[in-house]
Amino acid sequence: MAEPSHPGGRRPGWQALDRGQRARPWEWVAEQAIRVVSVTAIVLVFLIFVFVMREALPVLLGRVNSAAAQERRALPVEQMDRLDPEELRQYLELSRKEFAEMDRDTLRLLMEVKLEAAEEVPEDKDAPLNTAAWRYLLGPHQWTGYDRPAYIWQPVSSIHKYNIVPLIVGSLKTSVVALLFAVPLALAAALYVSQLAPPRLKEWVKPGIELLAGIPSVVLGFFGLVVLATFLQQVCGYASRLNAFVAGIALGLACIPVIFSIAEDALTSVPRSFSEAALALGSSRWQAAWQVVLPAAVPGVFAAIVLGFGRAVGETMVVLMASGNASLLTWSVFDSTRTMTATIAAELAETVFGGHHYRILFLLGALLFAVTFLSNLLGELVIQRLKRRLEGGR
Amino acid sequence: MAEPPCIEIRDLRLAYGPKEVLRGISLDVLPNEIFGVIGPAQSGKTSLLRCLNRTIDFVPTARVQGTIRVDGDEVRRTKDVFALRRKIGMVAPLPVGLPLSIYDNVAFAPRCAGLTRKADLEAMVEQCLRQAALWEEVKDRLDSLGTRLSGGQQQRLTIARALSHQPEILCLDEFSIAIDPVTTMRIEEVLKELRAHMTIILVTNLTQQARRLADRTLFLWNGEIVELDRTDVIFSEQPANRKTYEYVNGIFG
Repeated sequence: MAEPSHPGGRRPGWQALDRGQRARPWEWVAEQAIRVVSVTAIVLVFLIFVFVMREALPVLLGRVNSAAAQERRALPVEQMDRLDPEELRQYLELSRKEFAEMDRDTLRLLMEVKLEAAEEVPEDKDAPLNTAAWRYLLGPHQWTGYDRPAYIWQPVSSIHKYNIVPLIVGSLKTSVVALLFAVPLALAAALYVSQLAPPRLKEWVKPGIELLAGIPSVVLGFFGLVVLATFLQQVCGYASRLNAFVAGIALGLACIPVIFSIAEDALTSVPRSFSEAALALGSSRWQAAWQVVLPAAVPGVFAAIVLGFGRAVGETMVVLMASGNASLLTWSVFDSTRTMTATIAAELAETVFGGHHYRILFLLGALLFAVTFLSNLLGELVIQRLKRRLEGGR
Repeated sequence: MAEPPCIEIRDLRLAYGPKEVLRGISLDVLPNEIFGVIGPAQSGKTSLLRCLNRTIDFVPTARVQGTIRVDGDEVRRTKDVFALRRKIGMVAPLPVGLPLSIYDNVAFAPRCAGLTRKADLEAMVEQCLRQAALWEEVKDRLDSLGTRLSGGQQQRLTIARALSHQPEILCLDEFSIAIDPVTTMRIEEVLKELRAHMTIILVTNLTQQARRLADRTLFLWNGEIVELDRTDVIFSEQPANRKTYEYVNGIFG
């Protein structure tokens, strides 16, 4: 940034003080360093987004073909010499560098592999379908062997079925269960600790709950898988032991500290004069907390819930371990389910780099990114609005 | 004395940590009188009021000794502190508008006390806002936020709020600090009418306000009673204590 200079050159007396940057080189250095760091942080986050989007873009644009049988590409090996090198390179899906490094025999081998792969195509009427197209990603389809159209995620079967709807619903189910479980508990705890608890108890409870945030999610997942699942099944008596409900509850445990600590801060930062004024009017502590302090802290409490939602949608390990990981599309929370995050975690390492499966997983990643981004954006808008209402702006 | 006192204070001592604020206060407040309290800053006026409705409890370091009886009921051992606070309406020097609508600000205390019928509440809110000389200014926007009002309006809102639970004792702590003189006069007129229904304790830095309103006036200095007498005596040429004369005539200090 250019330093605005004084038209009159040097200024006398105290007026020179407010342009002290040149006189303090270290401050200038520190300021620039901080600027570089913050810009770097922003750029890094942006680059992550760019990277995810770049990998997902071919799917978004419909440029990926995942058909199990891609007929026009299966050429007999003898035709190798008839193709010019560029055609051959494209047929074998090699980069220029790779192509240049390979000798004739290797290329011939690749031709054979390609042909074999084409001959191995399953005898299936679905084989020519490009299952990575949008209508198969989002719409139901009656696959061979099914008696009605269904939403199926089976990326590693002979026909790659890439319907992401069950995963979206799975993420939604577990998050909703988690929030239904965590929000009332965390808010009640926050209200109690900030307004009603005796100070000594507060000193113990607050760090106690916040300690929950430090539990690695794999431990929570383990707890959900081993302890919660059995316990909840005995209590509720449903059929499948690992399901969206168990995963949601375990996920809720992960969300509670997030929601609690932010909501508690918001409630504590409501001026004490409010609750004291209410108490002086003869209200009980509970009435003061519920009717005066909570409404005054609503923006912060809402922010806590939005962050809790972000945590619930983005959390991976807990749902990977406790949800049962069956990508069924049902609305019942007592069925096994599979979330977008768990799918990415479980499958990305097994995919062909740059292949259709790989790209669709990145599509899921981009979707997650969009969901959390949108929820934060919406949350921010609502918070601004609530704040304006509280502060009494126009 | 014909009637039993409404408030009896005996040897009240209050300390915030090591700092003594009230040093043995004993006095009676009679029913339906306007009881003026004057004194310089740090003399313990506000602390005295806070002992009355036990909001002193909010100060963790505060230590109270002595007895306070309100209607014969020992304040420091009362079972129902919430009922006590409803009995005493308190107007703080700095208005604290609750982050609620104007209507809800005034309806808050009656609701907490269990009044739920809409018609009753509306009548109550209107009456209290009229008494606080605020009704005409806010009657068209009872739904907007109390904190959106100007400072003086908020102060009158807190007066309306203090009246909303129909207290037997109304404590006004520097109520006119942010209110213009004309409105102050209107509220003072209301106070004169209210004394038929309640006892009023008026803490004020405006000695002339005490002179206009109070039946008796207490001059408090450094946590001690300098003089307590009929207002005309306090403001006469010969109060019992010379300090009183100097203070009310601006010679003090």
